[in-house]
Amino acid sequence: MNLDRRHFLRLGMATAGAAAVAAAGFETATAAQTPAPGNSGAAGGVSGGNAGGKTMKVMTTDGQLLEVPAGQARQIKLPVLSSADIRQGIPGRRFVMMIDLAKCDGCGQCTKSCGQMHFIPPDRQWIRVFQMQDSPATAPYYMPRPCFHCDNPPCTKVCPVGATFKREDGIVLIDNERCIGCRFCMAACPFNARCFNWGPPNDPPAALAEGYSPEHGFPRRIGTAEKCDFCPDMARQGKLPDCSSGCPMGAIYYGDQNEDAVTNSQGETLRFSQTLRDRAAFRYREDLGTQPRVYYLPPVNRQYPGPDLHSKKGDQA
Amino acid sequence: MTRRSAASIPHSAASADTAEIPADLLATLGPLGRAGWCLLVGLVAIVCWGAGAYIYQLRHGLAATGMNDYFSWGLYIINYIFLIGVGMAGTLISAMLRLTGASWRRSITRLAEAITLFALLLAGPMIMIDMGRPDRFLNLLIHGRLQSPILWDVFSLNTYLAGSLLYLYLPMIPDMALLRDCSAPFAPWRRRLYRVLALGWHGDARQHRRLEKAMAIMAIIILPVAVSLHTITAWIFGLTLRPGWHSTIIGPDYVIGALYSGIAAVITVMAIFRRSFHLEKYLTADHFRKLGLLLLTLCAVYFYFTLNEYVGPSFVTETAEIPLLAHIFHGPYTVVFWSMATVGFLLPGLLLALPWTRNIPGIVTASVLVNIGMWLMRFIIVVPTLSAPYLPFPPGTHYHYVPTLVEWSITAGAFAAFGVLYLVFAKLFPIVSIWETMETEPKEATVPVAANQPAEEVLV
Ligand code: SF4
Ligand code: SF4
Repeated sequence: MNLDRRHFLRLGMATAGAAAVAAAGFETATAAQTPAPGNSGAAGGVSGGNAGGKTMKVMTTDGQLLEVPAGQARQIKLPVLSSADIRQGIPGRRFVMMIDLAKCDGCGQCTKSCGQMHFIPPDRQWIRVFQMQDSPATAPYYMPRPCFHCDNPPCTKVCPVGATFKREDGIVLIDNERCIGCRFCMAACPFNARCFNWGPPNDPPAALAEGYSPEHGFPRRIGTAEKCDFCPDMARQGKLPDCSSGCPMGAIYYGDQNEDAVTNSQGETLRFSQTLRDRAAFRYREDLGTQPRVYYLPPVNRQYPGPDLHSKKGDQA
Repeated sequence: MTRRSAASIPHSAASADTAEIPADLLATLGPLGRAGWCLLVGLVAIVCWGAGAYIYQLRHGLAATGMNDYFSWGLYIINYIFLIGVGMAGTLISAMLRLTGASWRRSITRLAEAITLFALLLAGPMIMIDMGRPDRFLNLLIHGRLQSPILWDVFSLNTYLAGSLLYLYLPMIPDMALLRDCSAPFAPWRRRLYRVLALGWHGDARQHRRLEKAMAIMAIIILPVAVSLHTITAWIFGLTLRPGWHSTIIGPDYVIGALYSGIAAVITVMAIFRRSFHLEKYLTADHFRKLGLLLLTLCAVYFYFTLNEYVGPSFVTETAEIPLLAHIFHGPYTVVFWSMATVGFLLPGLLLALPWTRNIPGIVTASVLVNIGMWLMRFIIVVPTLSAPYLPFPPGTHYHYVPTLVEWSITAGAFAAFGVLYLVFAKLFPIVSIWETMETEPKEATVPVAANQPAEEVLV
């Protein structure tokens, strides 16, 4: 039933000549934020591409709106991902994240960028910045917590319908067309990384305009779970997740463990395994055995003050 | 009772006239009466109110409840555990007492089995009500993952439900035949119902042998199923990485807790029917005393289990357990916890242990208290753990769980539905097994004193 529905949706998109929009639509929030009419105009132009001296508006992959002669416009088809593709993951990749706690100043930009890209309602956060202090005598620090995409994920183990699943590229996703809303995964995740659509979702039109994919998690559906998706849709385009690219400090590195390289928003690329060793990286609550794919570099030699846990909110950006 | 005499009953049953059925038992099938109707209408009204609340919830989603991303389970799950706990009643009385040869169970088995059936009938819907997408219920079949404890629970619950239904029905067959053949002025549809349910029973020795065999088999089958249901439900919590849930003792803990609240439910229901249906002759002080002692035993055992749950963590004070214990012992759940301890253990324990209060009023009071205490216990199991996540609550957020009117209404509706089902059942079918109590009583007029009949034990 779900499959049929998904096929139907995809078919609907294709026949509407909206493949170009879908392609551009993958282009993050920037694309989606521009008024929908502009998009559909471009799509219309593409489908009627035989017009002679006419020009048409198209949106580039980095979000610029251009006017080009209609005859030169060519429709590029992004591979349509089947549900099996999405469940399998991107072949040959193993995504990892590395967060440098020494660089994080708690500004919360990661949360904001992520929220914009995924149209996250204000009552929840996929990546959340916690104020930590390991013991009374040690320094407090900020710790951004996305979903850890655990290699031994307690959340997917308990799902009764396989709505949340672990992929070969390491990513843990939720299919909100299958989720029955039992919330067992929320109880099972020891890091409270999961959120729930308790009421009817209030997605903006830009979110609704896009077809659903577990790889970006919207449009939302009532009564289903959601969480950080590690941005596989961005990775497919060779881009950083929005939390990473949105971090002004370059604290969030993202990459492929198979390539042994992680990159941050400042374009700094580090050798992953080497950095883990050199900087004494750790994973949060290793003792729980969930084997997170998110590594932290300890908050040593910080250039920024940590949180003041005794005042209301230590905001020192 | 020997087989020969067991076989002698049916002959009389086959030629039964009303005189064969004790008048006081037949009377329970009579008209409802004014008080009965008032009760029924009142209960149905509450059920309708609860149904209305559920429709409201369907429209607004689970946002209509007090649950949130941190407190992701609440009243519905608490009710679910409570209901299946109560559902342990029938198994305990029918199967355990049967296997241990306690013949005094005969007049209370049906009453207890009915509790099980109706509690389970409501437990399933409780889970549905808790689901964010009840419309996708079939996904459990289409995409079901056998690795998930929820699926184990679904299978276990349905097996137990089917088993209980069978176990309730089997010993009812001879009674259905008695009612089919008796001369009481039943409405035609009712007599037809009895005829259909009697399955052509005419009570010869062969039929009796088969019935006894079926019941004996069911008694053995139902026990592991019941234990599995409670263990698996416990595992839904125990198989998560959460302080307070992730405990090796949680399986047996749930089983004992279920037995405890199951017996309390039986005693409570017994008291209600003894009073309102005038069944003093069948539900004797002896029954209450024996069940009271059983309740006292389980009170002690469950107290011991509960003590184990808290002593270890309190002594060791592992980092993750500290906030949990703090919330329970000097935080938001302190009042609930100590109410639970008082109402669930201390008061009933005293009432049952002291000889002066170990009488029917004392035992019944104790069971009602245990019912309340066990519900609170389920609250203490579910909610405080969710209040103590590994990562602290994020700065600037105030998550807490306060059940909403919708949740309370649905809860009230569910318990009222239990009352409705039970009342209808007790008016339609003899709540005390006729043929089994007749077997027990050599002379109809004598007050049954089961202990005087050691021969009974042979059959059981
Ligand atoms: S962080 Fe939580 S939700 Fe994410 S993979 Fe691990 S257990 Fe699952
Ligand atoms: S809430 Fe959805 S994703 Fe989570 S365990 Fe239940 S069905 Fe699976």
